[in-house]
Amino acid sequence: MKSDTSFISSLSRAFHRLGPFIILLFVISFFAFTMESDVRNGFFSIHNGKLMLTQTVIVAIGALGMTMIIISGGIDLSVGSVIALTSVTGAYLVREGHSLAVGFFIPILLGGIIGLLNGSIIALFKMTPFIVTLGMLGVARGLAKWRADNQTVNLPQEQLGPVGTLMSDPDPDGLFLSPGIVIAIELAILTAILLRRTVFGKHIFAIGSNEATARLCGIRTVATIIWIYALAGLFFGLAGVMQFSRLRQGDPSAAIGIELDIIAAVVIGGASLNGGVGSIFGSMIGALTMAVLRSGSTQSDWPNYMQEIIIGIVIILAVGLDKWRQGRHAA
Amino acid sequence: MPVARLRLHAVTKRFGATHALRGVSLTLAPGEVHAIIGENGAGKSTLMKILSGAHQPDYGQMFLNEVPFAPRNPIEGRRAGVVMIYQELNLVPHLTVADNILLGSEPSRFGFLDKKQQHTIARQALAELGHENIPLDAPVSSCSIAGQQMIEIARALVHHPQVLIMDEPTSSLTQADVEKLFIAIDRLKAKGVGILYISHFLEECQRIASHYTVLRDGESVATGKMSEVTLPEILHAMVGRELNEIYPRIPHALGETILEISNLTGITKPVDVSFRLRKGEIMGIAGLIGAGRTETLRAIFGLDRCSGVIEVKNHHRGRTPRARLKQGIGFLSENRKEEGLMLQQTIADNLTLSRLAPFSSFGLLRAGQQHARASEMISRFSIKARDSRQEVGALSGGNQQKVAFARLLHHSADIFLLDEPTRGIDVGSKAEIYSLMGELAAAGKSILFSSSYIPELLGVCDTIAVICRGRLGPAKPVSDWTEHSIIAAAVGQEDRCLS
Repeated sequence: MKSDTSFISSLSRAFHRLGPFIILLFVISFFAFTMESDVRNGFFSIHNGKLMLTQTVIVAIGALGMTMIIISGGIDLSVGSVIALTSVTGAYLVREGHSLAVGFFIPILLGGIIGLLNGSIIALFKMTPFIVTLGMLGVARGLAKWRADNQTVNLPQEQLGPVGTLMSDPDPDGLFLSPGIVIAIELAILTAILLRRTVFGKHIFAIGSNEATARLCGIRTVATIIWIYALAGLFFGLAGVMQFSRLRQGDPSAAIGIELDIIAAVVIGGASLNGGVGSIFGSMIGALTMAVLRSGSTQSDWPNYMQEIIIGIVIILAVGLDKWRQGRHAA
Repeated sequence: MPVARLRLHAVTKRFGATHALRGVSLTLAPGEVHAIIGENGAGKSTLMKILSGAHQPDYGQMFLNEVPFAPRNPIEGRRAGVVMIYQELNLVPHLTVADNILLGSEPSRFGFLDKKQQHTIARQALAELGHENIPLDAPVSSCSIAGQQMIEIARALVHHPQVLIMDEPTSSLTQADVEKLFIAIDRLKAKGVGILYISHFLEECQRIASHYTVLRDGESVATGKMSEVTLPEILHAMVGRELNEIYPRIPHALGETILEISNLTGITKPVDVSFRLRKGEIMGIAGLIGAGRTETLRAIFGLDRCSGVIEVKNHHRGRTPRARLKQGIGFLSENRKEEGLMLQQTIADNLTLSRLAPFSSFGLLRAGQQHARASEMISRFSIKARDSRQEVGALSGGNQQKVAFARLLHHSADIFLLDEPTRGIDVGSKAEIYSLMGELAAAGKSILFSSSYIPELLGVCDTIAVICRGRLGPAKPVSDWTEHSIIAAAVGQEDRCLS
C-alpha cells in the first residue's frame, strides 16, 4: 500500500517534471503537421536541429542565471543590456590587441560585477529586484553605446580566432556540436547540481520559498542574494561573449528584449515568479521551445507579426497548462 | 418543532480511497450555536468545504430552512446565506475598515462609490456586534487581530447570513477578546442566525455552544446537548481512547542559570525585561496578544533590534539569528505558515535547513543521508506524511508544527524559544508537544514557552511570568499562580503592571 502510493507520487512528480517537454513536443508536432513537405524536410534535418540548438545557446545560458534568480524569488531585467555591454566589451578588447583570453574572460567578469552590483543594491537596501534591474537595464545599455561610440565595434575576422568559432558549426551535417552548445550543456549540468545538490542551492530555494524562514534558520540571506545575482551575472557575461562570437562584432543595440525570452523560457520550464519553484532541466526545455518556435515560424514563412502573436500565445498557454496541472496535482 | 436552519442528512465524501466523511447528519436550529469538535483530519474541514460549496458531497442531502441546499461553489453558498469565516482572516490590509466590510458589494450610484451609504451599512454591521467604535476610515492593517475578526464577521453580516460557520475564531485571540467575541455571538444568536462553531478549545465550546457534534475519522461519533456531556467524555469521543493526561508531568530537575536577560528593550516592546532561565526549566510567558511575548522572544533570538544584555552561558558570540543558533538557541515561530516553514519545500529540507552540515562536504549535499535523517525524525515525532519528500504545505497544521519543532531538535538546541507552539493544532498533537517539552526538560534542555492559553501554561511550566504592555513581571513557581491571578496580571490589574 505504502509503496504503491509512493510509486504513484513519484509518477506524478515525473509527469510534473516532463511538463515543459510536453509543450515542446506539442510545438514540434504542430510544425510537423502544418508545414509543406519540402519545408518540413528542411526543418527536421540534422543541420536545422543543430542550427536551432545554436540559436538556443544565448537564451539558454541566460536562463541558467535567470533560473537561480527566479527560484530565489527575484527577477533580472538587465540581461539584454548586460549581453550587449559584455559583447561590445569583448569586441573592443580584442580589437585593441588584447589576448583572446582577456576578450573572453573580462566580459564574463564584467557581467559578474554588474550582477554583484544588482544583488548588493537589492539585498542591502531591500529594494525590489524589478526596479533595481530595470534601472540597470538602462545603465548597461547606455554604457554599451558609450563604449562603442554608438556604432558597432568591428574587427578583422582573422583577429577573432577561437572566440569566433564558439557559435559556428564545425561539422554541418554530422553530429559534432559547436563549442557554444557543449559549453551550455556542461554549464546546465553544473548549475542543476548546484541547485539540487549543494548547500548553496538549498539556500537559494529556501530564500525564494520563504525568506523569513531562511533567516530563522540562520541563513545569511543578504550575502546569499548578492552571490546569486553575481553568479547569474557571470552567466549573462558569458551569454554576451556568445553574442559577440555569433555576430562577430560588438553591437551595442543587440539583444534588446532578450530578457523577456529568457524569463519566458524559465517560466515555460515550470518556475514560479513567486520563487521557490523551478528547475534547470525545465528552463533548458523552455529555451529550446522558444528557439523551435522562432525557427519553425520563420521557415513556415509566417510574417514577423504572426510569429510574435503565436509566441505570445504559447507562453500564456504553457504557463496556464502548468497552473492547471498543479491545481489538479494539489486536489 | 421549529424549522431547522440547517439540516444535513448522511453526507458522505470520498477522496480516492479515503472516506473523508461517512454519513454525517446534523441539525442546526435558528439561534443555536453548535460546536463541531474533532482532531485535525477528522473531517471538519471537508464538512466546512461541503457546506460552503467548495466541494460537493458524494451522497447525502443538505437542507437550508428545509429547502434543499446544494451549492455548486462558494459564491452560491454565500448567496444562499451560508457564510464562512476562516481561521486565516481574509481581509485586504491596505483598504479601510469600511472598504473591507463591503468588499465585493460596494453600494454605488452610476458606478461611483456611495461612500455615505457604505459607511452607514458598515457602521450598522459593526454596531450589531457591539463594536461601533472601530474607526471606519482606518486601514485594516492598523486594527488588532481581534478587531480584524470583528470586521470579518461584520462583512458576513452585511449579507444577512442564515448560517455562520466559524473556523477556530479564537485561536489568535486573548481571553478578553474572546469575551467580546462571545458577546457578539450572543447577539447573532438573538437574531436567529445558526452558528457552527469549530474550535480546539473545548472549554470555550462548552461555554458558547448549546449543542455539539464530535467527528472522528469522518464519522459523527457523538452528538447532543452540551449540558449533558462532560469534557472527559468529549475528549474520549475525539481520540477514541482515554486521554488521562493531556499535560504529562515528566519529573525534571532545575540546574544552573543558562540564559540571563537584563534590561531587554525593543523599539516599542519589550520594555526593560529581565529574567533568568535555568537548565531543565520550562518557563511560561503569559500575556495578552500584543503584550510583547512574541517581541521578547524575537529580540532574544536576534530577529528584532533591541538593547540590553542577553547572556548565554556558552562561548559563542553575536546577536544575529545565525549566531544565536550557534549558541544553541532555537526559535519556533508563532506563525508557521508565514515565517516558520517553507510550505512548497519538502519535509526533509524544512527539517534540516538550519543544520545541513552533517550531510554535506565541501558544500555538496548527500541527499540520501538528509532524507534518512528526516525519515528518522518523521517516525520519532509520528508525523503523518507520505515520505520525507512530501511538501510541508500538504500536511495538516499539527504535523506542520511537528516539522517546525523537529527542526529545533535536529539542530540540537539547548534553549528552546517556543512562541505559541500549540496554536491551531489538534488535541492529540498538543498532548504530544507537551510531553515532548517535558522530555526535553528532563534531558536538561531549557524552554521559554509563550502562550495566550493559560491552562496549558499551568499544565506544563515550572515557572510562569506574566508580560503586560511590554513589561515582564517576576517569574514565580507555577504553584503560586491560578488562572485568575494570571489574567489579572495580564490585564494590568496588579500594582506592578500599573507602575
